[in-house]
Amino acid sequence: MESPSLLEMRGIAKRFGDVQANDGVDLTLKCGDILGLLGENGAGKTTLMNILFGVYAADAGRIAIDGRIAHIRNSADALAHGVGMVHQHFHLIPRLTVLENMMVGQSGRGLRLDRGFALGRMREIERSFGLRLPPDARVGDLTIGEQQRLEIIKALARGARILILDEPTAALTPQEAEGLFMALRAMAGQRMGVIFISHKLHEILAVTTRVVIMQQGRVVAETANDDTVSKKRLAELMTGHEITPPSKVPTTPGRVRLRIENLQTRGGARPSLKGVCLEVRGGEILGIAGVSGNGQAELADVIAGVLPASGGTLEINGTKVFRFTPREVQALEAGRIPEDRMGTGLVTSLPLRSCMVLSRIRERRFSRWGFLKHRAIGRFADQQIRSFGIRAAGNHVRTGTLSGGNLQKALLARELAWEPTLLLAAQPTRGLDVAAARFVHQRFLDLRGRDGAIVLISEDLEEIFALSDRIAVMFEGRVMDVLDIRAATVAKVGLLMAGVREAA
Amino acid sequence: MNEILSQVFQVGFFAAVIRIATPLVFGTLGELFAERAGVLNLGIEGIMMLAAMAGFSTAFFTGSLWLGVLAAVLTGVMAGALMGLLTVSLGLSQHVSGIGLTLLCSGLSFFFYRLIFGQPSSLPKISSFEPLALPGLADIPVLGPILFNQFALVYLAMAIVPAAAFVLYQTPWGLNLRAVGENPHAAYSAGVSVTAMRYQALLVSGALMGLAGAFLCMAQYNAYTFGVISGRGWVCIALIVFGQWNPWKSAAGSILFACIDALQLRLQASSAVHLPYQVFLMLPFVLTIVGMALVSRNALAPAALLKPFRKEAR
Repeated sequence: MESPSLLEMRGIAKRFGDVQANDGVDLTLKCGDILGLLGENGAGKTTLMNILFGVYAADAGRIAIDGRIAHIRNSADALAHGVGMVHQHFHLIPRLTVLENMMVGQSGRGLRLDRGFALGRMREIERSFGLRLPPDARVGDLTIGEQQRLEIIKALARGARILILDEPTAALTPQEAEGLFMALRAMAGQRMGVIFISHKLHEILAVTTRVVIMQQGRVVAETANDDTVSKKRLAELMTGHEITPPSKVPTTPGRVRLRIENLQTRGGARPSLKGVCLEVRGGEILGIAGVSGNGQAELADVIAGVLPASGGTLEINGTKVFRFTPREVQALEAGRIPEDRMGTGLVTSLPLRSCMVLSRIRERRFSRWGFLKHRAIGRFADQQIRSFGIRAAGNHVRTGTLSGGNLQKALLARELAWEPTLLLAAQPTRGLDVAAARFVHQRFLDLRGRDGAIVLISEDLEEIFALSDRIAVMFEGRVMDVLDIRAATVAKVGLLMAGVREAA
Repeated sequence: MNEILSQVFQVGFFAAVIRIATPLVFGTLGELFAERAGVLNLGIEGIMMLAAMAGFSTAFFTGSLWLGVLAAVLTGVMAGALMGLLTVSLGLSQHVSGIGLTLLCSGLSFFFYRLIFGQPSSLPKISSFEPLALPGLADIPVLGPILFNQFALVYLAMAIVPAAAFVLYQTPWGLNLRAVGENPHAAYSAGVSVTAMRYQALLVSGALMGLAGAFLCMAQYNAYTFGVISGRGWVCIALIVFGQWNPWKSAAGSILFACIDALQLRLQASSAVHLPYQVFLMLPFVLTIVGMALVSRNALAPAALLKPFRKEAR
């Protein structure tokens, strides 16, 4: 017997300025479905889900839930129709407790908050789906995985039967992701419907029952997740052409480019480093894995000269300095791709050409006697825009108008233009689609082939495994272990990420 | 020295502290509701001024003090709605809107006062609120005269502190309000209307500021002057930081400030200390700054304070 449709979206359209984000999208979800929603950046997945959740109003189209037309004007309507959403960026209030977060937007008993009811719902959800949390813990003290669990519990407590998850595994350890998948399967088993957005193809293959692929605001393909579907097939459907994995040729490690011994920082608002030791040589990519917030960002900032160290030594290309300034780091032939490309990487309100020379503006070819050489800067920017294939209307456009992938290319173009011998890259492909990520990866491997050393900090294990020669895993401000790529497995790295060291 | 101490620490002194603290408690709690919802209401100084004027004029012409209080509250509510229009609906800068609102409201209060009363040779006066001794309670030694032989509005202020704490921490409305001030996107996705919550907070905020203005010109004084507020609104904003956005602590801060203010008044009047009176006038403000510097170093403002909420922001 055909199972009834839980959700039907028909002819959904939404326009943002010049961009047609959704262009007549049809989507069907049945009870017990875990639907994978795939697509490149800007394909319109998140827009579609935000329309379903009432964040955006669709320009055209209709939504039916349980066969009845549903008018969803805001998230309260969506919740009332049983639609719950776990956003990519959590919608939680760190200063409140788990239970208080559960009670936001809920009616009380008489005048007062209804703690008993919320606690009861938490117990029911624990029984049905195996999801539990301490009700009185402060949300700010929970791990990323626990915060995500809270988001799911919140949605379930509001009676969600359709659960939308927008890139839910971006910051989870492989084991945490597996736990999430088990909960999702339990939901599907209880005739709920799940929509799962992810860029990680292996996860789509592992957990979904059907896959819908979007491109430029339309659904271009839909397939049941059976034996005929592979990662390669999905990538082709997504980009419209074949994606070859970057080729990694063997190199022989050269001289030491970066040496860190017993590096420490004082904590305070940020996690502290508690004695980090690492070494990276030319022709080598050192991957640094870890759940976010375990000191990776701080390590990158210390090496870049942004965050002062309180102890230990740091040596870049043979020069030993206790504390660098960002300018000194550059002078030592080190480039940097910061995690926050819009914040610390580029100045979004400046024209693209200015951003392209930002860190090298003092060079004679770009400025003289304190005056900018606009023509030289423009010529340089044009050349970089061409060679990196940055899609922009010209070198004069405001940097902030570029898409995520193009922003990252611009940053890469700037940092690689000077042939750094050491490149520090933090989350270089976060939020980038397959093609853009592939481009970044190839540039990294090119630099490695030219005897450059790369420190690759990433939460994406697939990326770490595809590029690294060695993998260092960080946990609570320490390097748990450094594994050779030939000896590393996802399971091993995952355990280390959770702070578990295997007994020798 | 003994002479000063005996002059200062009398029952009358503490009764004065409570009186001086009352408008600060109203203003501080008013500002607190707005800030916990994520809106810095810098219109406070002007709102208090305009509400005081409206309240005084109403009382002057109707002869009813309570109608005056009502007029002051309604004026505050309207000013709060205007602040909501600027910062919530239009999403303008809260700093600029607040300062603009203060300038507008103080301008309006001078304008209407002149329009209504012209330039009289003697200050128009009303017969202000009389202290209301609470039967039974007022006879308790020491505490009675300090706490329970006060104006009706003082009792209202005393009741409003626990009420505010209850509403903020024990009711769904209060939780939603705090959620909107911490993370409006989280509140929105839990089905809370951020716009409605912030408007409601600003209306409550304006009403309480109106009470502060009413108290000043109808209980503390019996006339309206252009200097009737004289910076008390700004002090309230500092007191919230001092009180770390908590109603109890902010009320305690108001009482502390009132203590210093009452003390400097006594010192001015006493013959024991010979200093220019301006030094005494300065005292509460200097101590406010010192107190702020000490306490507010690790103050935690509501996380979404000053941030307009845009549902469709991409």
